[in-house]
Amino acid sequence: MKNNYLAKRIIPCLDVKNGEVVKGIKFLNLVKAGDPVKAALEYDRQGGDELVFLDITASHEKRKTIIDVVKRTAAKIFIPLTVGGGINQISDIRALLKAGADKVSINTAAISNPGFIKEASKIFGSQCIVVAIDAKRSGKNKWEIYTHGGRKATGLDAVKWAKKVAALGAGEILLTSMDADGTKTGYDIALTRAVSEAVNIPVIASGGAGNVRHMVEVLKKGKADAVLAASIFHHKTHTVVSVKQQLRKAGVLVRI
Amino acid sequence: MKKKYIAVVDYGMGNLMSVSKALESVYPEVRVTASKSVINNAAAVVLPGVGAFEDAVKNLNKCGISKTIKSNILTGKPFFGICLGLQLLYTRSEENGSWEGFNVIKGTVKKFPVNMELKVPQIGWNKIFIKNKSPVLNGVKDGSFVYFVHSYYGVPEDKSIICTETLYGEKFASSVNAGNVFASQFHPEKSQWVGLNILKNFVELIKC
Repeated sequence: MKNNYLAKRIIPCLDVKNGEVVKGIKFLNLVKAGDPVKAALEYDRQGGDELVFLDITASHEKRKTIIDVVKRTAAKIFIPLTVGGGINQISDIRALLKAGADKVSINTAAISNPGFIKEASKIFGSQCIVVAIDAKRSGKNKWEIYTHGGRKATGLDAVKWAKKVAALGAGEILLTSMDADGTKTGYDIALTRAVSEAVNIPVIASGGAGNVRHMVEVLKKGKADAVLAASIFHHKTHTVVSVKQQLRKAGVLVRI
Repeated sequence: MKKKYIAVVDYGMGNLMSVSKALESVYPEVRVTASKSVINNAAAVVLPGVGAFEDAVKNLNKCGISKTIKSNILTGKPFFGICLGLQLLYTRSEENGSWEGFNVIKGTVKKFPVNMELKVPQIGWNKIFIKNKSPVLNGVKDGSFVYFVHSYYGVPEDKSIICTETLYGEKFASSVNAGNVFASQFHPEKSQWVGLNILKNFVELIKC
C-alpha cells in the first residue's frame, strides 16, 4: 500500500559564469541563449521542480553578477532556487538568500572547515544548506571525495563524509560521481545507493545522465530522492516535460 | 485612508524574501516587518518561518510581538501562517519538550515517527487532498503537488477545520482554515502556480 505521494524531483542545473549561462541551451538559441534568467524561466515553465545555479565565475569581484541574476530570477519564479559555487563565508550565504535564493550549495568550504556547515545551518536552518559531494571511485564500493572542482583529492570516504555532514546539519546532499560526470553513460548507482542508505536526508544524484532510463535507474535502484541534470536538457530532444512523462511511464512518481 | 498593505512578520526565523516576492506578485504592497504598529495597521498578516518551535517562541517574545499577533488574529483580519507559522498557531508543540503556541487552533504539533521507512524531514513536492472547502482553495485541484520542508505537523482537535490532507507515512493536516485564519504546512511561495493561486485567493479576501 502506498504510504506517501512525495514526488521524485527533477532539478535542472545551469552553469553561470560572469552572469551568463556557460553551456548554451539549444532550445533557447532563438531567444537569447546566454541569459540565465530566461533559461530559468523556461525550465520553470516546463515544470522543473527546483532550479540550481552553479556559479563558476573565477574572479571574486565578478561574483556580484550572480546576486543580480538571483534577484531577477527570484522575482519571477516560485520554485526552490539553489545557488552553489565558491561559497565559503556566512556573508556569502546571507547575500544570496537576501537576493532570493532558497538554498545554497556548499562544497570545498565544507571540507576545509566542517564547522562552517554547523554554523550555517544553525543561523539559516538546515533546510537551506545543501552540501555538495564530488566523489570518485577508489576501490570496490569505496569512493573518495575531491574538492576544487575535482582537482584535489581529500582522502575522505564519501559515505562516512555524507553521514558526518548530515550530523553537522546539512539539509540535503548533492552527490556527483566524478567518474560518471560528462560521460552520459548513466549515474553511479552503487555510490548513490550507498550514500542514500547511510543518511536520513535527501540525496540529489548528479553526473552521468544520458537518457531517461539512467534517471529511472538512479531513482529506483540508487534510491536517490532527486536528480540533477544539465546537459540532458541542453538538446531539443529532452525537455523537463518529456523527461517527466517518460519517468511516469516507468513507474516513477513525478509532479506533472 | 489607511494604506492597504500585507504585513509579513519578520521575527528572525528564516529568510522571508521568497514569501514577500510571491505576495508581491499577487498584491501591490507588502511590508516585511517586526513593528507592532505596522502589523496593527495592516490589512492582512502573514506569519512565515522556518526553524525550531522553541526558537520561534523565544524570538517572538524578544520582539515583543506575540500579543500583537494574537490580537491581530482576533480582530478578524485575514491571517496566513506558513510552515512554522502554522505550527505556532496550535496549542502546543512536542518539539524539544513542550512549548506553548498561540492556541488559536486547538491541537498539538507532533513529529513524524522516527521508525518509519521515510526520510525526515520531508523535503519536496507532495500531494494535497481537499477535505473541506475553503475560499483560499478556489481553483486548486484535488491532488495538486505543493512544496514541503518539515519534520513536524499539527494535529487539530476539530477535524472540520482541515482544508487539505497529505500522506507521508501517515495522513496529516497539510492546511487548515478556521474563520479568518488560514495556515499551510507547505510553502505556497515555493509551490509554483498552485501556491500563487492560493496566495491570490488569500489576498482577494482583503477587498471584502
